[in-house]
Amino acid sequence: MITKLSHTTIFVIDQESAYDFYTNKLGFNVVDDIPVGTDARWLTVSPPEQPDLRINLFPITVGKMFPKETAQVMIDLVKNGKFGSGVFECEDVFATYEELRKKGVEFVKPPKKEFYGIEAQFKDDSGNWFSLQPRYNYDNL
Amino acid sequence: MEQVLKNKDYPKAYLYRRIVQSKLFIDKNYMKNIDVSNISDEANFSKFHFIRLFKQAFNKTPHQYLTFVRIEKAKALLQSNKSITDTCFLVGFESVSSFSGLFKKHVGITPSDFLKQCKKRKENVKRAPLSFIPGCFITNYGWDK
Repeated sequence: MITKLSHTTIFVIDQESAYDFYTNKLGFNVVDDIPVGTDARWLTVSPPEQPDLRINLFPITVGKMFPKETAQVMIDLVKNGKFGSGVFECEDVFATYEELRKKGVEFVKPPKKEFYGIEAQFKDDSGNWFSLQPRYNYDNL
Repeated sequence: MEQVLKNKDYPKAYLYRRIVQSKLFIDKNYMKNIDVSNISDEANFSKFHFIRLFKQAFNKTPHQYLTFVRIEKAKALLQSNKSITDTCFLVGFESVSSFSGLFKKHVGITPSDFLKQCKKRKENVKRAPLSFIPGCFITNYGWDK
């Protein structure tokens, strides 16, 4: 029986820039920042109210995970916004939209009432897009 | 290309902007001696109207949010090896005892126990960094070579 999700990965173009985006703009906390060897870094962050979910900000660089051709394909896909990396919850979509825009976050969709509720969509500094939705009580649906 | 919300779809935009402004004011001034009156003045609201709107937007009263920010900043400072006394004053508390009490209430352990945990973790990370990374990532990324 699976009990929870502990780690997930977001592939980023530039790890240092992603660090700044996820901490200073989105307000996430750094959980791990561990140098590995001479040129790699294990960097995980978590949303403020979900400290036990580690989001691994992994840079797309040529190596075992991404041979040269694959790395270039991945970079193009991420930059072109082909990866929707998840749904983030907030208390109020309009307030969070205002706050994140003020901090320079780019929205590809401003808050809009859809048949499933109010939703906005923004991009991270690499090009990954996320949905922003209000906290739901799924038990009441 | 960025899409921006039009005012006609967003009749209460001015309210949201003022509430967000006050949240950002807390983010920037948490280390100062500020209270709800300062913050509601910043947003040009009456105190009670302001508290209600703030809580509606962020699920915390302005005071709860200020405490939350101070405790989160304190955790970051303690993780970077700052002393408890320095941390207390750097995040805007006026006495170490009230800081320690609130810290324990929010984090579940005292600042000194938190500091000890951080030091221990840092030593362990330095000694065996890969033990803090799930093995599947280590092998997929080639970090085991």
